[in-house]
Amino acid sequence: MGYKAKFRVWRGEGGEGQLEDFTVEVNEGEVVLDVIHRLQATQVPDLAVRWNCKAGKCGSCSMEINGRPRLGCMTRMSTFEETETITVTPMRTFPVIKDLVCDVSFNYQKAREIPSFTPPKDVKPGEYRMQQIDVERSQEFRKCIECFMCNNVCHVIRDHDENKPAFAGPRFLMRIAELDMHPYDELDRKESAQEEHGLGYCNITKCCTEVCPEHIKITDNALIPMKERVVDRKYDPLVWLGSKIFKRSGV
Amino acid sequence: MTQTTAESPTSKQRAQLKVRTLRTDRWWLVPALTFAGLMSFLIYGVWAIFDKSYFAEPYIAPFSSPCLATSCPEGARFLGLAPFGDWYGLPPGLLILGLPGGFRLTCYYYRKSYYRSFWLSPPACAVSEPHKKYSGETRLPLIIQNVHRYFFYLAVVIGAILAYDAVLAFRDEHGNWGHVGLGTIILVANAVLIACYTLGCHSCRHITAGRLNHFSRHPIRYKAWTFVSKLNARHQQFAWASMYSVMIADLYVRLVAKGVINFPFA
Repeated sequence: MGYKAKFRVWRGEGGEGQLEDFTVEVNEGEVVLDVIHRLQATQVPDLAVRWNCKAGKCGSCSMEINGRPRLGCMTRMSTFEETETITVTPMRTFPVIKDLVCDVSFNYQKAREIPSFTPPKDVKPGEYRMQQIDVERSQEFRKCIECFMCNNVCHVIRDHDENKPAFAGPRFLMRIAELDMHPYDELDRKESAQEEHGLGYCNITKCCTEVCPEHIKITDNALIPMKERVVDRKYDPLVWLGSKIFKRSGV
Repeated sequence: MTQTTAESPTSKQRAQLKVRTLRTDRWWLVPALTFAGLMSFLIYGVWAIFDKSYFAEPYIAPFSSPCLATSCPEGARFLGLAPFGDWYGLPPGLLILGLPGGFRLTCYYYRKSYYRSFWLSPPACAVSEPHKKYSGETRLPLIIQNVHRYFFYLAVVIGAILAYDAVLAFRDEHGNWGHVGLGTIILVANAVLIACYTLGCHSCRHITAGRLNHFSRHPIRYKAWTFVSKLNARHQQFAWASMYSVMIADLYVRLVAKGVINFPFA
């Protein structure tokens, strides 16, 4: 059975704007993105919203629904009361282009700052031989759909814009962890994780894990293990001494 | 060159939302409960450290174990030792308080909980924090959190001592083996929960094999890592369960020592 839902949607360009109220028809089985599309089709033809797959796999329709970072296409209308007013705003951490569409170029810039996979020079593509247990950890991180909700919700840059130059955000610290744990990656990424990409800013409050639509355990499996690797390198005198005596690395 | 991405807005601004959060759920409830839970532990801890009824043969209160001061009763001394001599006149619990305390204080789970509930940084996800500046764990004093693994080593020793105390609790008040009282069960349950919490620690996970890139070359360490990872997945639950179990066990022993609960059921 359909009903009329009350929506408050952010409208505006370049950050200036306001929340506007609408009443929109909702049908059984619909998600928030469906309702946004109906709003666009019937009342506000110039409403800007980024979307693509409608299946929770492209990471395009990240928005904040009732203040929580969510994918519009994966948020069922049945999770709300029919009488509830649903507030939809753009991601708060990134500059707004128009309405619900953000400029997420911060993330692409951070991605470029991370050196790519660096295999040994004498191993050619096609010659990699790895056991499943050696790559399992990294594979979890490859599920990332780059919706950037983890970077959006992280208070380090959400509440402190001035930290953006120094902090790569959970998504890219996870990328560093993925490469650092890779059996064939030769680059030492521990020092740079801390000094250049701001791992020390993370205070492990786990919001990135809470909002991840792919249910990646970002904090427990990427950020904390990476913090521990940094401790090995920078803060643990015993490990430092052991590495000098036994000359071990990359085990 | 063809432009493939949208032009950046002329004024690169976030949405100028004036409210702290637009969340409509009770986001404040979890940090409030966490605050209450941690505060109750701290308040109990301060009382327990200065309470003198910490030993009732064969039970010793976990907050005062190992008892290393000369003021400890003969049977309460760990392996009969009193290494601190007569000069030490403060409560024996103070001598070892820093070891499990430091372990929990620097624990990755507790850091999350007190950063959220005490320091409000942030109080909940997508709720603005009240602080103007933030440097996280990049500088003093919070950079000291990186010492966690050393507290883990010490916590393993404390956990082993609590397990030893639990074994001794299978004796009655006259020292005869075979006794199983409520206190025995409580101390054993506490030792098990403490072990699950300690061994599920993120540093332990790293030490077993997390630091390796080739699990396949270290099958035994990988097996250990797999086991620790299972405990680690429930680290939060074990953190709370062990925190309350140690408090309950401690209170129970003190009630026995004060004569509120008596043998043979104790």
